[in-house]
Amino acid sequence: MRWGFSIARFLAVLSKEFVQMRRDKITFVMMIGVPIMQLLIFGYAINSDPRHLPTLVEMGDEGPVTRAILMGMSNSTYFDFQGTVTGPEEGDRALRDGSANFVIVIPQNFERDILRGLSPDILLSADASDPAAVGGAASAMSGIVATAIAESLTGPLRFAAGAPPPVGVVVHKQYNPEGSTSINIVPGLLGVILSLTMVMITAVAIVRESEKGTMETLIATPVRPFEVMLGKILPYVVVGYVQTAVFLLASRLLFNVPFIGAPLAFFIGFNLFVIVNLALGFLISTVARSQMQAMQLSFFTLLPTILLSGFMFPFAAMPGWAQTIGSAIPATHFLRLVRKVMLKGANLADIAGDLANIALILLVISVIALRRYRQTLD
Amino acid sequence: MTMHAAPAISVTGLTKIFGKRKVVDSFDMEVPAGAIYGFLGPNGSGKTTTIRMMCGLLTPDAGSGTCLGFDILREQNKIKENVGYMTQRFSLYEDLTIRENLDFIARMYRLKARKARVDEALEHLGLADRAKQLAGTLSGGWKQRLALAACMIHTPSLLLLDEPTAGVDPKARRDFWDEIRALSAKGVTVLVSTHYMDEAVQCDYIAYIAYGKKLIAGPAAEIPAMIGLHTWRVTGPDISKLEADLRLEPDIGQVARFGAVLHVSGTNRDELEALVKHYQSYGTHEWVEKKSELEEAFIYLMAGTKDNFAVDTP
Repeated sequence: MRWGFSIARFLAVLSKEFVQMRRDKITFVMMIGVPIMQLLIFGYAINSDPRHLPTLVEMGDEGPVTRAILMGMSNSTYFDFQGTVTGPEEGDRALRDGSANFVIVIPQNFERDILRGLSPDILLSADASDPAAVGGAASAMSGIVATAIAESLTGPLRFAAGAPPPVGVVVHKQYNPEGSTSINIVPGLLGVILSLTMVMITAVAIVRESEKGTMETLIATPVRPFEVMLGKILPYVVVGYVQTAVFLLASRLLFNVPFIGAPLAFFIGFNLFVIVNLALGFLISTVARSQMQAMQLSFFTLLPTILLSGFMFPFAAMPGWAQTIGSAIPATHFLRLVRKVMLKGANLADIAGDLANIALILLVISVIALRRYRQTLD
Repeated sequence: MTMHAAPAISVTGLTKIFGKRKVVDSFDMEVPAGAIYGFLGPNGSGKTTTIRMMCGLLTPDAGSGTCLGFDILREQNKIKENVGYMTQRFSLYEDLTIRENLDFIARMYRLKARKARVDEALEHLGLADRAKQLAGTLSGGWKQRLALAACMIHTPSLLLLDEPTAGVDPKARRDFWDEIRALSAKGVTVLVSTHYMDEAVQCDYIAYIAYGKKLIAGPAAEIPAMIGLHTWRVTGPDISKLEADLRLEPDIGQVARFGAVLHVSGTNRDELEALVKHYQSYGTHEWVEKKSELEEAFIYLMAGTKDNFAVDTP
């Protein structure tokens, strides 16, 4: 027993930490409340495929094809018709002041030109200042028009619909056939929630001892640093478990997010991720002088976790340098791992690469943290 | 009874450097077992750092020594088992109750019959009925007594007190010192750092440290003689006016006022005597030579290091 590890002392630190956690009601509520709040906000409020966008129509013509197109647009749920405009100025004004996202212009003699085979154009003016808002609706448009034409030009008018395109494309949306945002974002959220709470709480809990001076008392007793660390960190691992349980339950009950992969793969990946976050929190605690600084540093690590990990924006869409930074963030690999296991039914072998990446990051963080950690008070 | 023969602490050449600053500079000290040893010096003079090195909390950059017979470089854990260390500011858990704090510290030392020990400590403290109160809600004096009880819970044979009475009212301070003397009577060695004069006079031995260097050390009663301080006691009318005049005299080491009495001291006896003769010739005040006490010595040392401070800090 070179280290002279004492289970009794370790348990004393552990139970002390639980008592302090219980007394600090605000932090306790935050640890359970914040994940639920984030889950509800991200799960319900964020939608990357917006629908029911306000739309105006400039009617240059009227007829069965026009009606079929407008009906098709309305049925797609992308467009909500707010009324008609009489000229381009009125349409432009509506786009400018934001009262409409789209103005669709049916040109004069539209119906007649179709029958004459002149291929008239419909103009769909979109407010593309927010590309994400109008992208989905705009790309749905050509399909809507094709369907409307096929449905309205039947019988003797069939000739005007033209020949079917020579190649058809079948898109098979695997793992998330409805394209629901919450199915993508909710599993990713677990990585963000764990990153935030695990890193911050560990860092703050350790720094609190030195800021309040209680570390001096501890160091003067025979307690070993390893007993203190283990006793202080383990309660927060329990918190991580509780958060994950709450999270899995809510994602199932509220958002119908499937979990079709191997539970063991998830369990191993999750534990490794918790450990890497604790190590990061520990590293921050060796740098921060006060609880405030520990908090700020934790938030500093949170920003890239949200933006560069592939949680908010697709990882593949980022430039090379951003992907490099993103690859150094543990959450990036955990996000992939969780999505693979929950949505794609991955097993342990499928996530081996992600596990190896997290393990590598853990190694680097641990080495830096241990070099910074000094047993005696300096 | 070997404990009394061997010193509780014996260190030589202790040095600690933080960055480029030598906080403690080749420090030697011997603390006899069972003594109350006062560790005096201005703020930032390296008292805390020295105490920490002597009990194995901090590894010195140079020097060696023993604490309770254990090597301060290699046997820190054995030292910790037998030393009670009370930190400068309250450093128990404010969000734990009084009992939980004592119990936690007792568990750190893996004490047998823990509950009985904690009960006993609570009883002795007079806090048995408030055991469930959070430590953070105690007043300064009570916090300090709790801290003392906590660092005594494992009945150490050496007690290190780092400015234990800073920010505590005079009554609580007196009670605290009664407690310290009671412990000393039981054979506990006490090393206490302070910058209060009324605490310095309670000590059997004194070491004065400034800017990381030991200036003087020895039995408290011998310190004034070691400095070679000569003192006259002055009484009479309009003492404030006289005090102001005397302070302008270049040959006087120091003027200390105790109520309506002035103690005028200096190390150069001839110069001082000439000056006294001059003032005596006015016949307004009564000048009597007295034995220099620790108070004068303390003020003299403090004044000396203040000058030091002005020179040393650019």
